[in-house]
Amino acid sequence: MARMPVQFRLNGSDRAVFVEPAETLLGTIRRGLGDFAPKFGCGQGTCGVCTVLVDGEPRLGCLTLSVTCEGRSIETASGLADGPTLHPLQAAFMEHFAAQCGFCTPGMLMAAKALLDRNPNPTRIEVVEAIAGNICRCTGYEPIINAILAAAQQRGARRA
Amino acid sequence: MARHQGRGMASINYPIGMNLGGDPSQALVHANPDGKFTVALSAIDLGQGMKQVSRQIAAETLGVPIEDVYVDTADSDTGPHDMGSFASRGTHRVGNAVIVAAKEARGVLLEAAAEELEVNADDLVTDGKGNIHVRGAASKSITVKAASQAAQFKQGKTISGRGIFLIPLSNVNPETGEMSPVTAYAHACLVVDLEVCDETGDVKVNKLTSAYELGRALNPKMVEQQLIGGAWMGMSHALYETPEPYYPNPEHGGRDYNEYLMPGPGDIAPHDIAVLERPAPDGPFGGKGPGEMCANPVLPAVANAIFNAIGVRIDTLPITPEKILRALKAQGGARPQVRRA
Repeated sequence: MARMPVQFRLNGSDRAVFVEPAETLLGTIRRGLGDFAPKFGCGQGTCGVCTVLVDGEPRLGCLTLSVTCEGRSIETASGLADGPTLHPLQAAFMEHFAAQCGFCTPGMLMAAKALLDRNPNPTRIEVVEAIAGNICRCTGYEPIINAILAAAQQRGARRA
Repeated sequence: MARHQGRGMASINYPIGMNLGGDPSQALVHANPDGKFTVALSAIDLGQGMKQVSRQIAAETLGVPIEDVYVDTADSDTGPHDMGSFASRGTHRVGNAVIVAAKEARGVLLEAAAEELEVNADDLVTDGKGNIHVRGAASKSITVKAASQAAQFKQGKTISGRGIFLIPLSNVNPETGEMSPVTAYAHACLVVDLEVCDETGDVKVNKLTSAYELGRALNPKMVEQQLIGGAWMGMSHALYETPEPYYPNPEHGGRDYNEYLMPGPGDIAPHDIAVLERPAPDGPFGGKGPGEMCANPVLPAVANAIFNAIGVRIDTLPITPEKILRALKAQGGARPQVRRA
């Protein structure tokens, strides 16, 4: 089948790629564009490790067709840090030991970013809901929830 | 319909490593020309902190800053032999091997420094900040970097060390079968508070309270993260995960995360942990390690709490709503047990 051209922004840079009509956004980002931050887990939308932001909304990269992303702005965990300066969420994940094996981390970070971008002061329950689609084997979630709440608090303190 | 409260407890003795075949670990340590050290291991860090703990142990033994130690666990083809990361053995076995290797490397480092300073190596001490000096005379000193460079470019010495930790195979008493498969045990006690719905069979965990004795906590924050996370892996084994219904025939088992269940972030409960440190005589700096023990006491404690709540004793895992409802039906309803304060 003929490959199709797609243009979108990936972490602030304009990118143009040719994709198969049935190619997933995750496949395009990883294999086509070499950004390996979003991970391939279940491939069927139940584990959340492929979570990326499409126009600020969390999307499962494994279930999103690349051709539907024409003109969109895509964000992955690779775009979080500003040079050597970590994003507040990344710093909080480190501070609170929110990663062990690290496989769920890129998805958790993006789900958390989508939450904090639209709700800077979430409650604990709102944090839990925001990452409810992301499975973590190692941490028992507690350190991740605490890290997201701490990042929100820190952002609030900086604004004040 | 009623939700019944239950409390269950379990205590465990947990063996660190498996000494049935000796269970060895090896480590190689060497200095690089910039005065920094590489520790080569085949032990795998899968997130539990193997690299960090090995790095701390190597830096402490060598007497150099922790920033100057790099731990390479990249490749078991090229690294020294190791049995692997299992049986909660990493800190204890690998840590001991790293100490032996780092001691040997430190000996060569001090010899090289002694030659440069024209003193006896026995009189030298390290300050842990990258300097070596004569005991009691801090001004008579040389940096670790300068000593390493002198060894490699002038004296022709390799600053390196080999380490292995191997517990001799324990003999079995043919009469009694008695043996000592391990030399270090960790211990834990865990209390689970939960509630069971007698209409749906649903179990809701409300609180975990635990105490763990795991030798010296070489990195207290990483011990805590293992204990928090490991408890929920135990909870997952107790209440969620199963390839049933026809195990070991996989045909009708869970095929994906829709059918093979694990707790999500909304299923967790507060966990109050006390860590008791009783340094182990044969552990590296007294460490034994949490490892698998994080998960182990959860399973019997959950089974006991369910018995306490509804009076049914379920002895196969995981304890699914289906099993609870079948057991309640067989018993003719819930029979909450006495709760002791």
